[in-house]
Amino acid sequence: MTPLGTAQVAKIAHLARLAIREEDAPAYARNLSAILELVEQMNAVDTTGAAPMAHPLDMAQRLRADEVSEYDQREHFQAIAPRVEAGLYLVPKVIE
Amino acid sequence: MAMHEKTIAQLSASLAAGEFSSEELTRALLERVEQFNPSLNAFITITAEAALAQARMADERRRQGAAGPLTGIPIAHKDIFCTEGVRTSCGSRMLDRFIAPYNATVVERLNAAGAVMLGKTNMDEFAMGSSNETSYYGPVRNPWDLDAVPGGSSGGSAAAVAARLTPGATGTDTGGSIRQPAALCGVTGIKPTYGRVSRWGMIAYASSLDQGGPMARTAEDCALLLGAMAGFDLRDSTSVDRPAPDYAALLDPPLAGLKIGLPKEYFGEGLDSAVAQVVEEAIAEYRKMGAETVEISLPNSQLAIPAYYVVAPAECSSNLARFDGVRYGYRCENPQDLLDLYTRSRGEGFGAEVKRRILVGTFALSAGYYDAYYLKAQQIRRLISDDFRRAFAQVDVIMGPTSPTVAFNLGEKVDDPITMYLSDIYTIAVNLAGLPGLSLPAGFVGQRPVGLQLIGDYFAEDRLLNVAHRYQQVTDWHQRAPMAFA
Repeated sequence: MTPLGTAQVAKIAHLARLAIREEDAPAYARNLSAILELVEQMNAVDTTGAAPMAHPLDMAQRLRADEVSEYDQREHFQAIAPRVEAGLYLVPKVIE
Repeated sequence: MAMHEKTIAQLSASLAAGEFSSEELTRALLERVEQFNPSLNAFITITAEAALAQARMADERRRQGAAGPLTGIPIAHKDIFCTEGVRTSCGSRMLDRFIAPYNATVVERLNAAGAVMLGKTNMDEFAMGSSNETSYYGPVRNPWDLDAVPGGSSGGSAAAVAARLTPGATGTDTGGSIRQPAALCGVTGIKPTYGRVSRWGMIAYASSLDQGGPMARTAEDCALLLGAMAGFDLRDSTSVDRPAPDYAALLDPPLAGLKIGLPKEYFGEGLDSAVAQVVEEAIAEYRKMGAETVEISLPNSQLAIPAYYVVAPAECSSNLARFDGVRYGYRCENPQDLLDLYTRSRGEGFGAEVKRRILVGTFALSAGYYDAYYLKAQQIRRLISDDFRRAFAQVDVIMGPTSPTVAFNLGEKVDDPITMYLSDIYTIAVNLAGLPGLSLPAGFVGQRPVGLQLIGDYFAEDRLLNVAHRYQQVTDWHQRAPMAFA
């Protein structure tokens, strides 16, 4: 594929919710293009019929009984939050 | 022999014989950490007071006759394992002030065995790196040569063990992050079979590849640590429900008749010739012990790095989506709106390599690209796994170099991600297949250590530790100490 440009980097960065400084965009475009070029060496081999491997041991996901197994630790967990008030996480206003 | 020179097995015997207490041992090692950490930067956090309290508890437990082989043994945890009440940074600004609210299963299990935590070791940010240079806390230096990198991502653990600041440490390995730093620092480390050690409380990078394991000076010590770490955990849905054997009891069987496979792809272009020579000599030592070697082929080896740099970034982009500046972790100043809060917290909280991998993963998973990248990589993963399956029908263990070169210099590869990625060329395929792999010290090129990699079939950790242990009975590479830290 053709190398990525800064506009594409900006689009991917938006999808990833990642602020990239404008002056850093060309370096990201260059590095990402080089990584994708490396990755595309995969195309050298025919994988027709190879079953995609999602898990090394081909195990099925274990299920557990639908029972309450956690107890309420809200205060404990909110003690490490950047901003909380009255048991709620504070973020900038979303609705005017 | 000074306390810091002893292995875990030797310390365990000394503690049992009452030669010294765990408190005395812990104090002695904390003094070494204080003395040497400024030059190595191997620890991010030192937990001296808690360590001494744990040591006194271990001594009390021993007085009550309830001590096991790890009771009172000081260790260090890679800063990727959550430790309740102690900062767990994962080498990132994002988690610089994150005090973990619970213990990882690995930490719980080692605590239960009576191990004493000296502190948390430095690492590449979110375990993404092969030189420990992506850490927010600065690079770790290699005790064998302070101009050299220790390898990564478990570079702090490897350097701390090599410099005799701790007899053992935990690490994690997603593409070589236990084995490569073990090789570059001249210590022994094992990445167990995927699912052998619980990932609960181990901060996720690439969930289908990540696996925790021990690092120490000898295979015997790794066996003792792995024995405590391994086992089924209900809280990790990929944990394998299969009892862990007593690894320390399985170290001794002789190696006569052992069939060793030497993959021709691991000895070709790209391998430094001086490293190749050291590895050949180590393999010759195995022949002397009665092992038989056969050339094998892992024909899809060259596809491991390309496939890894799709699978790992894709999983990392999903896993690291949780860092949003809302519930915990770094939050930017004065966010204008919710989107600004998310993007700036993440943009400022993550370093360059983490951002690169998130972007690569986001791209590979984005609409229209999934089949060409992620699906293709999963198919390659199948081919690589099939290569190993065929090999293990013929041989008991696979051997080769852990890394194509000895430790490189700080700064040498940091601006060139692709060259850095290639330092994991012999380790990555093992993670893609989910197999166990071990690196042990096999010699030197100049001042810098060389690692021999052993790869085993699924759940053959006991066999790998046995094969490494026998070599360490007839060689002394693992006993060499870097001069400045002897």
